[in-house]
Amino acid sequence: MGKTLFDKIWEKHVVRQIDGGPAVLYIDKHFIHEVTSPQAFKGLEKRGLKVFRPQQVVATADHNVPTVQQHLPIKDELSRNQVQQLIDNCKHHDIELYGLGHPFQGIVHVIGPELGVTQPGMTIVCGDSHTSTHGAFGSIAFGIGTSEVEMVMATQCLMQSKPKLMRINVEGTLNKGVVSKDIVLYIIAQLSASGATGYFVEFAGSAIRGLSMEARMTICNMSIEMGARGGMIAPDDITFDYIKGRLFAPGVAQWERKLAAWKELYTDADAVFDREITIAAADIEPMITYGTNPGMGMGVSGHIPAEHEIEAKEKPSFLKSLDYMGLKPGTVIKGRKVDYVFIGSCTNSRIEDLRLVASFVKGRKKADGVEVWIVPGSKQVEKQAIAEGIDKIFEEAGFQLRQPGCSACLAMNEDKIPAGKYCISTSNRNFEGRQGPSARTLLASPLTAAVAAITGEVGDVREFL
Amino acid sequence: MSKAINIIKSTAVPVNIENIDTDQIIPARFLKATSRDGFGKNLFRDWRFQNDDEQQPKQDFVMNNPAYKGRILVGARNFGCGSSREHAAWAIKDAGFDVVVSSFFADIFRNNSLNNFLLPVQVSEAFLQQLFQAVEQDATAEIEVNLEEQTITLLATGARESFDINSYKKTCLLNGYDDIDYLLSMRNDIVAFETARP
Repeated sequence: MGKTLFDKIWEKHVVRQIDGGPAVLYIDKHFIHEVTSPQAFKGLEKRGLKVFRPQQVVATADHNVPTVQQHLPIKDELSRNQVQQLIDNCKHHDIELYGLGHPFQGIVHVIGPELGVTQPGMTIVCGDSHTSTHGAFGSIAFGIGTSEVEMVMATQCLMQSKPKLMRINVEGTLNKGVVSKDIVLYIIAQLSASGATGYFVEFAGSAIRGLSMEARMTICNMSIEMGARGGMIAPDDITFDYIKGRLFAPGVAQWERKLAAWKELYTDADAVFDREITIAAADIEPMITYGTNPGMGMGVSGHIPAEHEIEAKEKPSFLKSLDYMGLKPGTVIKGRKVDYVFIGSCTNSRIEDLRLVASFVKGRKKADGVEVWIVPGSKQVEKQAIAEGIDKIFEEAGFQLRQPGCSACLAMNEDKIPAGKYCISTSNRNFEGRQGPSARTLLASPLTAAVAAITGEVGDVREFL
Repeated sequence: MSKAINIIKSTAVPVNIENIDTDQIIPARFLKATSRDGFGKNLFRDWRFQNDDEQQPKQDFVMNNPAYKGRILVGARNFGCGSSREHAAWAIKDAGFDVVVSSFFADIFRNNSLNNFLLPVQVSEAFLQQLFQAVEQDATAEIEVNLEEQTITLLATGARESFDINSYKKTCLLNGYDDIDYLLSMRNDIVAFETARP
């Protein structure tokens, strides 16, 4: 029987298999940030240890940083302290830090790929559930907790049970106005927020093959939102072209050897998955969420399920969710006024996302009464946007181009959506309070968010194309 | 303090809500601390208090009902989904719980719990409904979780179910071992593995 892409990478990283227990898995790259690392560093110090392989660790400050006036000291004392501890810890343990003010600073899942640190065939972890993003390069990448961060710091290894494997094939041609965010929101709506728990997911099929690396990252990024341990896509020429020439990509001397190894990273034709699903790309519409988990999504022109369409057991949670959102069962969401538009996060803050928004917005102005925040994923994305004049398009439209960070995706910094307000957001989670206490989040693609910015309401991008 | 756990006999706190994500367990704005302690007071913060104000408890939330206390937290399916924040496990443990029962756990939360000697007990949906019913009717109803035997029992009725846990993790929890000790003990093998890689 053939092997899956996942198996091929996993087997090369098992240091020991414990009988009746997990495998000791070797980790190639470890990304860290300020929020989930301080307790791990403290744990190490309590044991009198230094970081075992500091050259395999890359650090940045992203979750807790302001997105305006980053040159000034952080106002919030706790945030400032946490960012400072990261600086001190990295210095003490000889870890490369792309902190505030550094030209490479940005959201950890944006900078890893753009610097060429993320490469096919690797095992990659970070104390952040959206580490699955890096799987777009054909790597095994997943989020871990802080105790596990400490394990990797201490030994460059983790104890992991091998997950079950699922393949999701998306076949055919996408409809106009449908982008990768819509693909993944559609899949999650089909599978539910727990439909892939216990599985690692490989995304395949002609519609996936046709996507850029940025678009593939968006899909793998949100695999955690259906509960998956991670998502991955076999590397191909699109992957190799993206990596070539990046700062930490293999140099000329090593390139051919690496490339030959990467080209072996695919699922064999006769490999078997624990579960396999095929989706027709043509069925996917521009998507929007209406509830308080990412599985509560629908086509933007559709209606929220009526009460009788919901199973009795799920009804209390469904109604609680809609009550929080201020929405009614059976109603449409199209045409509803929005207060905020947030374009950013590790899901959709890459240069391609900003270009897509700019292409739609060019020559248009934002609607009155809507606040629009554009938060680039990294300093490099910001720089590129300015070089291309995208910043001017946003400025003329009345949008605020802010500085890089996680921002209103989880509202740890000042970027909070006020209670009761509706925010159409390109981020990954619509949980209660995610964007601020009592804030209401509607997840959508950058294009659908751009429509809302211009019209002030939830709209169907296909009517504008 | 020994971290080891085995038999836990206690009343329970029922939170009968599906898809409880770690943002609800501990909202992001409380993740600015740099130690592992003190998260318990903000457990389920925004479900417990109106307008983020401790003077305004939400009366309908179970943790504001003084009748409900204990070392066992019972949640509905897909408990702990979302963010990988281990702070969620720390908050639950810090609030005095040693066991979380659900019919389905998110993977990262399950690992984080095990690494903090907080035992995730996965039961069938039918058994979970029995637990909710019993505890919601009678706050003094006791539950016994026996890790050695891998059983959970509703003492009032004697209803019992077995639960799974991998044998390695079970040994860790029963003896208070953690993964880092194990990994550190095999550092030589790790170095040999690194050396042998192409």
